[in-house]
Amino acid sequence: MVGIITYGAYIPRYRIKLEEIARVWGDNATDITGGLGVREKSLPDMDEDTATIAVEAVRNALLRRNLDRSAIGAIYVGSESHPYAVKPTAATVGAAIMATPVMTAADYEFACKAGTAAMQTCMGLVGSGMVKYGVAIGSDVAQGAPGDALEYTAAAGGAAIVIGNDDPIAEINRTCSFTTDTPDFWRREGQAYPRHGGRFTGDPGYFKHVQGAATMMLEQAGTKPSDYDYAIFHQPNAKFPQRVAGMLGFTKEQIAPGLVVPRLGNTYSGASMVGLAATLDIAKPGDRIFVTSFGSGAGSDAFDITVTDRILDEAVFNRGAAPSVEQLLANPIYVDYARYAKHKGKIMVQK
Amino acid sequence: MRDVAVIGVGCTNFGEWWDRSFRNLFVEAGVMAIEDANLAGEQIDAMYVGNMSAGRFIEQEHIGALIADYSGLATQNIPATRVEAACASGGLAFREAVIAVASGMANIAVAAGVEKMTDVDTSLSTDALAAAADREWEGFVGATFPGLYAMIAKDYMHRYPLTREQLAQVAIKNHYNGARNPIAQFQKEINLDTVLKSTMVADPLRLFDCSPITDGAAAVVVAPLEMAKKFTDTPIKVLATAQASDTIALHDRRDISTLDATVAAGNRAFKMAGIERKDIDFVEVHDCFTIAEICAIEDLGFCKKGEAGRLTMEGYTALDGKLPVNTSGGLKACGHPVGATGIKQVCEAVLQLRGEAGKRQINGAEIGMTQNVGGTGATVAAHIFGRT
Repeated sequence: MVGIITYGAYIPRYRIKLEEIARVWGDNATDITGGLGVREKSLPDMDEDTATIAVEAVRNALLRRNLDRSAIGAIYVGSESHPYAVKPTAATVGAAIMATPVMTAADYEFACKAGTAAMQTCMGLVGSGMVKYGVAIGSDVAQGAPGDALEYTAAAGGAAIVIGNDDPIAEINRTCSFTTDTPDFWRREGQAYPRHGGRFTGDPGYFKHVQGAATMMLEQAGTKPSDYDYAIFHQPNAKFPQRVAGMLGFTKEQIAPGLVVPRLGNTYSGASMVGLAATLDIAKPGDRIFVTSFGSGAGSDAFDITVTDRILDEAVFNRGAAPSVEQLLANPIYVDYARYAKHKGKIMVQK
Repeated sequence: MRDVAVIGVGCTNFGEWWDRSFRNLFVEAGVMAIEDANLAGEQIDAMYVGNMSAGRFIEQEHIGALIADYSGLATQNIPATRVEAACASGGLAFREAVIAVASGMANIAVAAGVEKMTDVDTSLSTDALAAAADREWEGFVGATFPGLYAMIAKDYMHRYPLTREQLAQVAIKNHYNGARNPIAQFQKEINLDTVLKSTMVADPLRLFDCSPITDGAAAVVVAPLEMAKKFTDTPIKVLATAQASDTIALHDRRDISTLDATVAAGNRAFKMAGIERKDIDFVEVHDCFTIAEICAIEDLGFCKKGEAGRLTMEGYTALDGKLPVNTSGGLKACGHPVGATGIKQVCEAVLQLRGEAGKRQINGAEIGMTQNVGGTGATVAAHIFGRT
């Protein structure tokens, strides 16, 4: 069965606390952190971008399972912050892991769910026999305009999921999607920062689509929330995934391992996939995992996953060979807003 | 002049209606009011619609004709007029309908109010609302409505013994009432902590001191009192209609903590009705901010300046108090679709006087009053209603 062959995540080491951002804009830090359930967010180093984060994530995946590079037939990178508008991040990633030239590659954009859409594409290619392995990546150095609500959560990070049907560490039993044309969040060509519909991003955006896909998945799979050991929902903040989990009947315990947003922020295309990576970090054979991503615009992809014995079979897969999400979150370097602005390229410098 | 009565009322649920349009909202309210009055559309002689800023909110002007058209009355070619006086648009639309019927120019007139505010983001809606103040002397230098009402609150608290807790009690009371009103945007009771711990908007006003941004529509039907019994067993008589104006800029006022237009409109209304303050059983006032309700109670003459905070704290204005204020939940809890608010106040007064106000019904209500403010008090409409 088509499934996850290996996975890897990457999070830059730098963090800024939300209270530091609130200090600059004169907002009440307690209101902000309390309202979002987020304490701090990651930010890239000066020389990190979506491409480098994607490469780090795939390399971490390949440290866990050393695949024949020539068997990687497809790479898709989902992001809202591709370094180039025209020139694929996916080709750079392919070259960096020495998978070029016999492969197909493309960049994806579907707000925060482009990475899970890439997973579905790879499932199709692998399932049809067109490729042996497909790499799906969600990676972002997320954009939020200075002073905008998004700036409190827009973070940097990503995850790579390698899809194949050769001894997967987790089988993907089923996937389905729920998509509508909903203008809750957007960035037009040439604009530096996304815009959003404020509260409109909630019920008509996130909740409608996450519930739509998740409910469809439970119906199609004939399962109920208690059949799953873990669940991951897209996490633009901590409140939304907790609320939607409760509405669907999932427990706090089920979502706890994958709820990384309080210490990470929202890595946009990386968010659901980093949550999945954090859950795979602790999963045991037989565990069943429920995933629902969300991308504004808007849509959700749901996945029903069962972990196999291979996750502990060190002959083929060495989970400890790459850093876990927990390790990636540990030992951060905190910066102030000035340095954050420099790292994010918000300061004009003479070149 | 002929005596005028309200023979039908209708109001949509107030809220954030992202999946509903401006037209959809006013058609719903209009149909409810016409059905409530047992009318056929062709019996309507005139329409007046209160709307503040459809041009900014949905980029649509020419609202009078639009409403007549989408109400299915285009073939009747009835006169349909938009009335604009910022947040008092609804109150003035109602007054125009009453005047038309009282004068004999119309027999059956519909007064409606509608605003669709959530199709734009908060910064645009805040700016659209700021157009109700003096753009040149207030808006262009950065004043927003929360800012202007915060200045009123600061001045008031400096001069009178109003405490932060008393101010919060206005919101607590109105949420209590809103929780008993099925059309209210917020149907949840709150406590002192909710208000005091909410985000600061403009010192001393916090988030829970402010009315929300709301979509909604309301409509009422008025007719000559002598014809009213043909349509309904419970016509509600319009005992007084009054209107007053004041300087558009807050800083030009004689006293920024007293809305002189409220004082004038109130005095005119009581004179026209030939009744006294003590005859009023309940009042719907324009609590766009908590401080506005405090000022309104005093400026309408229900107590001396500086006393309304204490009276609110003592429960005088509560649902079971001596003078229930904002039984609908007010603008704070029921919501504030600006053009619709003045009409919604009339709907609430009529429901209370008919005894149809459900869980928020006050016992033995005979006479009720409404007060609807435009801007920081540059326009005020006041109406008094009585059972017949």
